Amino acid sequence: MIGAQDLGGRDGFGPINTEKDEPVFHADWERRVLGFTVAMGASGAWTGDQNRHKREQLPQDFYWSANYYNIWLTALTQNLEERGMVTARDLAAGHAVDPPKPPPRVLNGDAVAGVLARGFPYEREAKVPAAFAAGQTVRTIRNETAGHTRLPAYAMEKHGVIEAVRGVHVFPDSNGMGQGEDPRWLYTVRFTARELWGTATPDSVCLDLWEPYLERT
Amino acid sequence: MPHDHHDHDHAHSSELTPIELRVRALESILVEKGYVDPAAVEAIIQTYETQIGPHCGAHVVAKAWSDPAYADWLKQDASAAISALGYTGRQGEHMVALFNTPTLHNMVVCTLCSCYPWPVLGLPPVWYKAPPYRARAVKEPRAVLAEFGVTLPEGTEVRVWDSTAEMRYLVIPMRPAGTEGWSEEQLAAIVSRDSMIGTGLVQVPA
Repeated sequence: MIGAQDLGGRDGFGPINTEKDEPVFHADWERRVLGFTVAMGASGAWTGDQNRHKREQLPQDFYWSANYYNIWLTALTQNLEERGMVTARDLAAGHAVDPPKPPPRVLNGDAVAGVLARGFPYEREAKVPAAFAAGQTVRTIRNETAGHTRLPAYAMEKHGVIEAVRGVHVFPDSNGMGQGEDPRWLYTVRFTARELWGTATPDSVCLDLWEPYLERT
Repeated sequence: MPHDHHDHDHAHSSELTPIELRVRALESILVEKGYVDPAAVEAIIQTYETQIGPHCGAHVVAKAWSDPAYADWLKQDASAAISALGYTGRQGEHMVALFNTPTLHNMVVCTLCSCYPWPVLGLPPVWYKAPPYRARAVKEPRAVLAEFGVTLPEGTEVRVWDSTAEMRYLVIPMRPAGTEGWSEEQLAAIVSRDSMIGTGLVQVPA
C-alpha cells in the first residue's frame, strides 16, 4: 500500500532535524514502549511484517507528525485490540478488566539475552532456483493494491540491475497479511538516479526486492 | 494490582501527560494479563540503553581498518565477521558491510519504516526515523549530506541503500590520513555513528 509510510522521494518535509549528543531515549515512556513492544514482538501473536502493516495503515497526519514510539504504541494497541487480547474496557480502566487471551509465548526476563542475540532470521531454504543473476537488467512491477508490500512507490515500473542475490527470504506481501511466510528469492537491485528521478548525477539507489516484484526485460 | 515496576516514576498520576498515561495503562494491562514479564521489559531496555550502541559498530570498523584479512571476511560474509566480534541478533540477522572508497560513498536509509542495524549501532536516532530523511535521502542525497556537513567530489558516486527487506547495512567509512600506527582502540574512538550510516565522514580530532 502507498500509505503515509511510503516516504521515499516525497517533497515538502523540510530540513533534517539532528540533535547533538542525542540521548537513546527522550522520556521514560519511550523506554517502556521499546521494552514492551519488543517483548510482545517475541510473543508470536503477530509477525513483524503484520506489525509493519499495522503501522503503515495509521492516518497520514498522525504518522507524519507523531513521535515514532507513539506510532509503535498506537499500532501495538490496535494489534492487541483486534485479537481481543486487550479490550476497550481494559484501556478505559487502565487495568486488566476482561480475562486474558494469552499469546503463543511469553518472553521471560532470563530468556531476553538469548532471544535478542539470536534474533529472528528471515532466510529460508531454497526450493527453486533463482530466476535472476547478478548483472541482469530487470524491471519492477506496479503494485498499488492496499495490502502490505516492500516495493516503494518511487521504485515501481523502473529498470534496474541485479547487484546481489541474497537468498530466499520470508515474503512480506504474504507474511504481512497473515497468509504465511511464502519465502521468495531476494535480490539487491540498483537503479540509477536518472532512472528514478531524471537527475544527471552519477548517483544510484539500491533496494532489496523479492522476485515477484521483478520482471524480465 | 501490581505496580512495582512503576515505583521509580517520580510523578503522581495526576501529573502525567496523556501519552504517559496511555503507556502506563497499556503496560499495566499487559503485565496483569500475563503477556509481558516486567523483568523482560527491564532487560530489553537495559540492553539497548547501556550495552548496544555505535561503539559496537566502531569496533567492527576499526578492526576492518587494522586487519586486511578481517576486512576481506567482512566483504565476503558480514554476518559471520560481525558475529565473530559478538554482535548478533535482532535487526542484524543478515548483515552487509558497505566499503566507502574515493569514488563511491554509501549511505543507508529505510524509506518505508525505520530498519537499522541494531546489534552494531543500537537504536536509530530520531532523525533517521522522521519523514525528512526518509523522504529525501534517496532523491537528493547530496543535499542531505550537505546538511550533515559532508561535501563529496562531483565524480564520487553516492549509492543509497534503502533497507526494504531484512538485510541490514553497515557503512565502513574511509580511514582518515594521519591515523597510521594507531591501535584498534584509538581508531574505534574516532568512528562516529553517522559515518557508519553514511551521513558523516571520519575525521581526526584537531
